[in-house]
Amino acid sequence: MNAEPVEMLLNMGPQHPSTHGVFRMVLWVDGEKIVDVEPHIGYLHRGSEKLCEGEQYHQIITLFDRMDYVANFNNELVYCQAVEKLMGLAVPERAEYVRVILCELNRIASHLLYVGTIGLDAGAMTPTMFAFRGRERIQSLFEAISGARMMHNYFRIGGVKEDLPDNFERLIADLLPLLKEDVEESDRILTFNEIFLTRLKDVGSISAEEAIDFGFTGPCLRGCGVEYDVRKAQPYSVYDRFDFDIPVGLDGDCWDRHWVRVQEMYESLKIIEQALEQIPEGEVVSSLGRRLIRPPAGEVYVRAENPRGEIAVHLVSNGTDRPYRLKVRPPSFCNLSAIKRLLCESWIADSVVILGSLDIVLGEVDR
Amino acid sequence: MLNSVKGMMLTLASTFQGLKKPVTREYPKQPTPVQPRFMGFPALTWDNDVDEPFCTGCMVCIRNCPTQCMSASMMDNPLNEEGKSHRRKIVDYFEINLNRCILCGICVELCNFDAIVMSHEHEMSTYERNGDRVDLPALLDIGKKYQRETAWIPPTVLAKAKKEAEDAAKAAAAESEEPAAAAQEGD
Repeated sequence: MNAEPVEMLLNMGPQHPSTHGVFRMVLWVDGEKIVDVEPHIGYLHRGSEKLCEGEQYHQIITLFDRMDYVANFNNELVYCQAVEKLMGLAVPERAEYVRVILCELNRIASHLLYVGTIGLDAGAMTPTMFAFRGRERIQSLFEAISGARMMHNYFRIGGVKEDLPDNFERLIADLLPLLKEDVEESDRILTFNEIFLTRLKDVGSISAEEAIDFGFTGPCLRGCGVEYDVRKAQPYSVYDRFDFDIPVGLDGDCWDRHWVRVQEMYESLKIIEQALEQIPEGEVVSSLGRRLIRPPAGEVYVRAENPRGEIAVHLVSNGTDRPYRLKVRPPSFCNLSAIKRLLCESWIADSVVILGSLDIVLGEVDR
Repeated sequence: MLNSVKGMMLTLASTFQGLKKPVTREYPKQPTPVQPRFMGFPALTWDNDVDEPFCTGCMVCIRNCPTQCMSASMMDNPLNEEGKSHRRKIVDYFEINLNRCILCGICVELCNFDAIVMSHEHEMSTYERNGDRVDLPALLDIGKKYQRETAWIPPTVLAKAKKEAEDAAKAAAAESEEPAAAAQEGD
């Protein structure tokens, strides 16, 4: 019998565990090779941007918690900064430091989750357990500070909700050495593992020019060798006061993206240590922020560095207590736009790793 | 090859460490303690001095709830007519749909009467779809449990005490400075 070569259709998702949420890809395959990809998003669409138009300014923070549900503090920060910029509101110094500490801890938590899941995608079960142990420690600290493990609603327009708890210094002193161990452990067990290297090296490569064209930001862009980080390029909050490096990859393949994220955890630890040394005493919320928030008519565009890349908020106000329009530039949506380019001409088995290395959060892609 | 062995050693070491001091808990048997600031389901507090709820049904929390999960109504306070209470109005009916509640804590922050708290209750399940619609007596029960377990003091009372202490400290500092200044003038 003569077998004709036929293109086959392979449906991946939306309930596939390695699509990191509800994301569906239709793969046209020729044998083991992917010929074409059609991504389907929108399974987690909740209409957050539209909902923002109907909520008062202080209620929108809860919606931002639920957009990128792995890096909640980073999301709250960018929204609060947008409203503060529109109102010309000065944030107390202590609040800025509290925000930076929490955001960097959240960055480590998010990257630890990434390390765990990329391990799973590449076929290693153990790193997941290690990574989740570290992430759980951070979340316990978050619970002590904000009262919730994930949906904090802790940042306020003009500061934070309440001061750090009295035992915070002891809690963070206990946490940091353990966290350092966790980060080192997750690095040691995975980054230079032979099997892991073979699975990730030279897989899903993208050049710096192409990455910029696709609108890559964050670790995905830095993995290609572009030294771009909003914390350095356009320092917001108090990031200009800390000494930290931007880790940069070489080839823009999956392993470089992984390596950049692991190095970023060390840099975040550095920032936290410096912030803890510098943190001043004082108020944590501006007295203006406690009143009914009614920014003047106008628009503002504010960006910040999320663990996944550059998140930006375009806020249009018409002078009422609810925004006229609120647009979010989600980092993982822009990173995901290159999925077709990355997957075409690669193997089916690599598709999971490539998707994992982009580190998408569907809550933010669909909003 | 060597790398894989190294990784294996790390896993083994962690296994022994885990056997010695486990990270996980056997959850239903060993409940996880919550932090003092933990935000569980909202509940209404009970004023033990007057023996009535703190809540006056003023609707501030209801108007500011992002999910509109609450409803309430107020009535004239019978205890006020008898002269036992300073509250002219009191809550008549209050309901929170805990299925809708997103535990954001905005209601607690905005309440002017210390009437609502985020309790430590988080393990609640029911057999019916609308079984999580909790009415006033049940909310007060959760609140009373929370007050009992955490020795709750109304936040406004705490803030007042703190301010008084600060004022007293300031006054004491001013007093101690004055004699010193007077002494200097005397010289």
